[in-house]
Amino acid sequence: MGEIIQEEKHKGGKKKAKHHSTHIDMTPMVDLMCLLITFFMLTTAFSKSKVMEIVLPERIKKNEKVEPPKIAESRTINIILGPANKVYWYPGRVKDAKNPPPLQETDFSDQGIRKLLLDRNRLLFKKVAQFREQMIKENPTMSRDSLNANIRRFNRADDSEPIVLIKAYKEARYANIVDIIDEMAICNIVRYALVDINYVEEDMVKTATGGSTPSNTPQK
Amino acid sequence: MPKIKLPTKSPHVDMTPMVDLFSVVLTFLMLTTTMRQPEPAPIDTPFSISDKTAPGANIMTVLLSKDSRVFFNVDNGPDTAFHFKGKILKEMGTRYSITFTPEEVKMFEAYPSSFGLPIQSMKSFLDTKDAKIRESLQVKGIPIDSTDNQLAIWILFARQVNPAVQACIKGDNDAPYPLVKKVLDILQDKNVNRFNLITNLKATEVTLSEE
Repeated sequence: MGEIIQEEKHKGGKKKAKHHSTHIDMTPMVDLMCLLITFFMLTTAFSKSKVMEIVLPERIKKNEKVEPPKIAESRTINIILGPANKVYWYPGRVKDAKNPPPLQETDFSDQGIRKLLLDRNRLLFKKVAQFREQMIKENPTMSRDSLNANIRRFNRADDSEPIVLIKAYKEARYANIVDIIDEMAICNIVRYALVDINYVEEDMVKTATGGSTPSNTPQK
Repeated sequence: MPKIKLPTKSPHVDMTPMVDLFSVVLTFLMLTTTMRQPEPAPIDTPFSISDKTAPGANIMTVLLSKDSRVFFNVDNGPDTAFHFKGKILKEMGTRYSITFTPEEVKMFEAYPSSFGLPIQSMKSFLDTKDAKIRESLQVKGIPIDSTDNQLAIWILFARQVNPAVQACIKGDNDAPYPLVKKVLDILQDKNVNRFNLITNLKATEVTLSEE
């Protein structure tokens, strides 16, 4: 795009030195800057990664005389992360190692483990959801922090909702662990723990997968 | 009657103010941005609903790759006046009786990415600038066997030098569970019980189905 220089017509046809305007065409420069700005804006906005915080219980040292906490059997759900993104679960505990309870198979979909956990956690989940709705209606100025603090108080007071024990079979992947902890956050389950798998449960997984998985082949 | 002639206006718009504005915005963005550093191994992080952003400073990151390698990175953020990284390297040097020259320490401080190699080959790693040689030194990752648990020592010194450091774990989707378990055990042995798992954001909405 060139500068259009208007020539004025003079009477008498006198010759006059043409004066060039001092304007520089800045359009390409603007184009370039637009591109650079877009680039920088996109890279800054998306490079921040998110974190999920987990807190593991402190180790009980060997010479300390501290009893591990006791939990009610009726509230316990054991979730075992199996090979190939499968999830197994059974309620309660193994009473007889020779005759373990059957494992139920499920998966990470909405209809799988999430449905199960939501069903078990219905009361608390409803309470929190109602409270949140009510606060938005009645007290919209409430800060997010104090809302969360109130919800935390609900969570602490809860004494009937499930306690989830998460155990991972050796062929599980890192993504499975993150998924299941995430599922706890989605379903608003307050009490869960990462626990070591024991040999009875390993055998249970082996029988559930058809016994065909050799014990020490690494998962692809 | 003379014809009334309207002067033809040029369609040109003066773009100088626009350019000024753009330069200001561009300078601002260039100064505030921090470029993402290339990782020594490709790591696909899993998704979660957590929308907490990662802390910018005082973090140590343990990276777990798909092929069971372990990498480590200490980031003391924009404020490098404390020279945490250099101090950690010197401590490691005295522990394994390797002396690092001031240039090597400076090199280590400036190295922006995570590293995964035994401390014994750290010297040759810092002396070279060739990316290929560096790559070949990192084929094994940091040793985490119980006989030679260098990751534990790195974590120990990182926390000794900077007590405010927070632990982050950045794992690949396909990192095997036994490796994750081992790293968690090492961290817990060193009394780190609070971790940040680095994930990507994926929003999910959940409602109770009506009975």
